[in-house]
Amino acid sequence: MHSMFNSKKNPALVWAGVVVIGLALALVPFVAAMGGQAWVRVVNFALLYIMLSLGLNIVVGFAGLLDLGYIAFYAVGAYVYALLASPHFGMHLPFWLILPLGALVACFFGVLLGAPTLKLRGDYLAIVTLGFGEIVRIFLNNLNTPINITNGPQGITLIDPLTLGSFSFGKAETILGIEFSGPQKYYFLLVVLCLLIVALNIRLQNSRIGRAWEAIREDEIAARAMGINTRNVKLLAFAMGASFGGVAGGLFSAIQGFVSPESFGLLESIMVLAMVVLGGMGNIGGVILGAILLTMLPEALRFSIEPLQKAIFGRMIVDPETIRMLIFGLALILVMLFRPAGLWPSAVRKRELSGAQS
Amino acid sequence: MEIFLQQIINGLTLGSVYALVALGYTMVYGIIGLINFAHGEVVMVGAMIALSVVQALIGAQLGLPPGLVILVGLAVAMPICMGIAYTAERVAYRPLRSAPRLAPLITAIGVSIVLQNLAMIIWGRNYLNFPDIIKPSPIEFGGAFITDVQILIIGVAALIMAGLLLVVHKTRLGMAMRATAQNQQVAGLMGIDINTVISAAFLIGAALAAVAGVLVTLYYGIAHYHMGFILGLKAFTAAVLGGIGNLGGAMLGGVLLGIIEALGAGYIGDLTGGFLGSHYQDVFAFAVLIIVLVFRPSGLLGERVGDRA
Repeated sequence: MHSMFNSKKNPALVWAGVVVIGLALALVPFVAAMGGQAWVRVVNFALLYIMLSLGLNIVVGFAGLLDLGYIAFYAVGAYVYALLASPHFGMHLPFWLILPLGALVACFFGVLLGAPTLKLRGDYLAIVTLGFGEIVRIFLNNLNTPINITNGPQGITLIDPLTLGSFSFGKAETILGIEFSGPQKYYFLLVVLCLLIVALNIRLQNSRIGRAWEAIREDEIAARAMGINTRNVKLLAFAMGASFGGVAGGLFSAIQGFVSPESFGLLESIMVLAMVVLGGMGNIGGVILGAILLTMLPEALRFSIEPLQKAIFGRMIVDPETIRMLIFGLALILVMLFRPAGLWPSAVRKRELSGAQS
Repeated sequence: MEIFLQQIINGLTLGSVYALVALGYTMVYGIIGLINFAHGEVVMVGAMIALSVVQALIGAQLGLPPGLVILVGLAVAMPICMGIAYTAERVAYRPLRSAPRLAPLITAIGVSIVLQNLAMIIWGRNYLNFPDIIKPSPIEFGGAFITDVQILIIGVAALIMAGLLLVVHKTRLGMAMRATAQNQQVAGLMGIDINTVISAAFLIGAALAAVAGVLVTLYYGIAHYHMGFILGLKAFTAAVLGGIGNLGGAMLGGVLLGIIEALGAGYIGDLTGGFLGSHYQDVFAFAVLIIVLVFRPSGLLGERVGDRA
């Protein structure tokens, strides 16, 4: 795709790039910390959303299946972690056991959703996935009676942070003379996981499966005629997307220390979808860009609107949260109007758009 | 048996409102294939405006009859709703008509977020109460009760739907709409102004939304900036249940969804031995939707679209 980054032609440049990017990534949490630990947390959330969007990108971007209930898998992962590592059931299993378990359970839910909906097309699929997401949320909200499983709307608190032996990601610590706060430690873990997931996605996209997904997205009948087992390949897209969501959910639980059904509403699903579409559906770089922008934009607005309003009017006229969302909505509209294929579209989409219009 | 009849009546009332909103979704979807996420917010705006007008008129103590007050509220709300829908179509959807399919979906979500937050700025976060001008007088009906408000809602909805069917099947505009829904390009070649037809679909949908907004506020007695979201979601579900793009389907889907929900709320506890309470009525509605779509992938009345070649 980019000949500059072709490792065979230009090995030195690639290694230089890796070093520069690595250094930049290592510096991010310290730069963010200058604005306060809150910003480190924001960066961590951006990383979580990158994982989520990349997972959704598999379903929507690669395979072309519109999923409006994706956050359900995030919820499943989060609750698996929360239930097995909190005082709620008195269980404190290690994370290397429950993170994969969360991914597995989410994967199971992905197949559960995928299997009956394989026949559906386009927007019928969208509404079913939306309904599925709502069903999961309603169950989480109400499964506190007759047996208390999810603790209902109060959610689950005091979830264990990630710990490995005596090393806990939750508390501040000095390593090699550098002081790391809890969120900063999580940052490094998340970056490593994100890079892993990105690598996995790139490999997937260029694999036999990735090409099968693309074929199905472009024309399902032709794909089937070419000998692709569309049923299995679509199910695989659901399952893989869901497991990424599950892992991200588990991490969310651990970082946050608290989960409640409120975090997993339809609006969250829509938000992740907006990240994927706004960034550039089907293009991994675009999706990452979308996730970062849409996590950062509302936070940046949060920190700028209040002082700005005070400076102009001398007092708070409108609730900053409302303005934040208002600007967010306008931004969604404007970006789509000016860049209908997303900020950084995939090569295939670009070709489609610039080619002859159907 | 009384409970059953009562739930049917309640479901029919709510279902008529769903049907009115679902028609807006289905008309737009049938013509341009867009899930108009902002439609629910148009209903909300209609409800809020009508409610504000009614409150102002009652506050002014002009001694107008309650029916007239509500009609004035509707008369103010309807053009504003139509204006909003028209503007949204012109600004946010029309430029994206040949863009990738998900682009207008995202702008529709954007429009919905903008409308919701504007409403919050204007009306605040609190529930607005509908002034007590109509005292519902229940009429006994085979052991169950039906109020005059419920009769009004069902009657108005039925009338409007009949009118819409007449417009779509008997007028030139309706013929143009059906032609455009079948094939935009060919309809354009036959001399139909596609843009007018699409605008008309949005305008009619918004007018129905305003009526639905007023009716639902009248029924529940409250309005809230967030009410459009869940109402829109239910109506969209109803449209899909009936077969999206199909007017009769939207009506059937709306009424069915209302009844399913009401029966679900009434009986789900008994059916599951008290394990699931009435909080699960939405689960019930979505579960029915999923089951229906598994067996009829294009909704109850949707055309059996074969695999495209």
